[in-house]
Amino acid sequence: MNFGFTQEQELLRDQVRRFMQEACPMTQVRAVAGGTTGTSDVLWKHAAQLGWLGLVIPERFGGVGLKWVDLTVVLEETGRGLSPLPIISQALAATALLRCGTPAQQQRWLNSLADGSTVATLALYDEANWVHPDAITLALEDNRLRGSKPFVADAAAADLFIVACRRAESLALAIIERNSPGVTVTVQPMVDATKRVGTLTLDVALHADHLMNLSADDLQFLSDCGAVAVTAESVGAAEAALAMTNAYAKDRIQFGSPIGKYQGVKHRLAEMFVDIESFKSLLYYAAWTVDDAPGELPRAASLAKAYASDAFSRIGIDAVQLHGAIGFTAEYDIQLYLKRSKWARPMYGDSDYHYERVATLGGL
Amino acid sequence: MDFELSAEEQAFREEVRTFIKDNLPPPKQRGGDFLTNWLTKVREKRWVGFSWPKQAGGGDGTLIEQAILREEMALAKAPPLGTSFMGLAWVGPGIIQYGTPEQKRRFIPDILDSKVSWCTGYSEPNHGSDLAAIQTKAVRTADHYIVNGQKIWTTGAPWADWIILLVRTDFTPKVKHDGITCLLVDMKTPGIDVRPIENMAADKHFAEIFFTDVKVSVENRLGEEGKGWAVTVSALANERSSIGEVTQMFDKLDTLKALVKRSRKNGHPAAGDPTTRRKLAKFEVKIAAMKYNGLRYLTKQLKGEPLSSETSVNKLHRASLEIEMDDFAVALTGQAGLQLNGGAEAVDRGKWAKASLNWPNVVIGGGTPNIQRNIIAERILGLPKDGSD
Repeated sequence: MNFGFTQEQELLRDQVRRFMQEACPMTQVRAVAGGTTGTSDVLWKHAAQLGWLGLVIPERFGGVGLKWVDLTVVLEETGRGLSPLPIISQALAATALLRCGTPAQQQRWLNSLADGSTVATLALYDEANWVHPDAITLALEDNRLRGSKPFVADAAAADLFIVACRRAESLALAIIERNSPGVTVTVQPMVDATKRVGTLTLDVALHADHLMNLSADDLQFLSDCGAVAVTAESVGAAEAALAMTNAYAKDRIQFGSPIGKYQGVKHRLAEMFVDIESFKSLLYYAAWTVDDAPGELPRAASLAKAYASDAFSRIGIDAVQLHGAIGFTAEYDIQLYLKRSKWARPMYGDSDYHYERVATLGGL
Repeated sequence: MDFELSAEEQAFREEVRTFIKDNLPPPKQRGGDFLTNWLTKVREKRWVGFSWPKQAGGGDGTLIEQAILREEMALAKAPPLGTSFMGLAWVGPGIIQYGTPEQKRRFIPDILDSKVSWCTGYSEPNHGSDLAAIQTKAVRTADHYIVNGQKIWTTGAPWADWIILLVRTDFTPKVKHDGITCLLVDMKTPGIDVRPIENMAADKHFAEIFFTDVKVSVENRLGEEGKGWAVTVSALANERSSIGEVTQMFDKLDTLKALVKRSRKNGHPAAGDPTTRRKLAKFEVKIAAMKYNGLRYLTKQLKGEPLSSETSVNKLHRASLEIEMDDFAVALTGQAGLQLNGGAEAVDRGKWAKASLNWPNVVIGGGTPNIQRNIIAERILGLPKDGSD
């Protein structure tokens, strides 16, 4: 029994944390988020060299061949520093290819995902807040995709889009290169500028080698992996928001004492700690199930995301509030965490969805 | 990360399961001599005081084995492994750590054999959460302490044989945590007057205790004079992993789900009501969080890293679940939920109604939620201490 991390995983954590502090501090995050692609080639190459982009890609495709528990370690740390790098999208696109792709498709794409030369993303649902097969409405007719795909994560940076669509009787994933004719990417203005979401306008012909079958189980698996990934970044980000607010509560003197001495402040900080500890534990369990007990993944992912969606949103708001007026300024970094918490909330299902799913899976 | 047990641990789980199969009849057949026999048999297995060292009469169980034993017993809805609850929880561990050889000989076997029940004399009328400020006074004579003062909210006092008692032996210490002494006192000693207090659920579990010139032999002092605070803190720090507790709470959740499935709300089956479903799912998520928090903390202990005050996290979850789960059942069942045992429309013989009044046993007894939040804020987050000193 070991519900903890190995020494290698702790080293990986240190490595990512150092990278974020040294190469991607908050000044850099702000600069990248203000740029056109929302990512940075230099940082992306650096991340690729360190192996983080191919973490869950098998070695035969040029990856590192590790598990989602390892990816979770990376995402906790990138989330802590609000990294704008599209690592989640890259991992989900790779997971989609591994799960649904033919050997030829895997051979064609996975190497370039592992080495970072292709930036890929996965776009599943057309509805704004519905995790369900029926929320995929983009239709594939006569091997042609015509229409738009909204809510595409990291759309500004991606070279390759894996897009869910509907055929007469079944679902499919279309592999679409950004530079193919008939693909237009419109980047949308977002609350969280570090998460560059866009809309694809498509009028593209697709050959069989650009299509993958998507079963209901596959869709559920990919959604749950998405929920795990978002929750992993949320753990790191929420911990950072707590650490910043905690430091502020020790420094800020009012009524003759640091405000962290007053129970109205210290108890809220204690509750943040309780919540983060708890959705972190649920996250680790969920991340473990991805590779080691996939049958338990649906419930495990919902347990974690249900808790995290509500708790992180609340932490984002309270962290700003406990800072007082300074927290409301654009200059102060705490507001960036509030924005990130709002981004995380609906991703791969909000708390209403996941609590309802827990109820259903629990026999109600 | 793995949840695999070693071959030895798996064998131990099998041993516990076999024992349960051979010795634990279904709940309805557990009358007569069952409990006495059960207590004797688990004692022979050394599963009473299982975490204690063998030389102290315990079982030397590893952390994992302790978790397995608690989980299997909870799954089987087994009766407790010993009825000297406070004796097993902290009096025994305190005596093992601080007691004299004579105290160990005298007290430990009776705790393990469920022969003697203990209560805990900490809280006083003016000092509950602020435990270090106690005023009950003990004056040293040649070979005795003379105790005067009052304790209150002492759970189990109406039937306890012995009390572990915190008294003040020095009224002018530099820090208030000094000058406190821990005494082990026979409840039949002259000068002790126990007055049970009825709680809001109409039970008489706790009492106030008056001490008037109570003579306690110096031999019954646990630890050094003036160092009782250390004894108390280390005894209360005998944190046990919450694994058995979590199993019980999942079990309670199942009972609640069954109740929802046979209840109606606003003229429809309650199981179809989104608010009801979300509330139940929230309980499930919180209990699961307790489970995986517990496993994470257990792993930390297995790696030899000391726990700081993380166990307060699960105590806070436990407190809110303790209050909310019974209350959920009462609210769900409307007016019927308010009827006590004997009521014509009472639900499950009024057990939810009664339980919805009994949560302070757990929620306040082990340190109030606000104290747990202070512990997290001060010891983990390093925020300044409350209060004036």
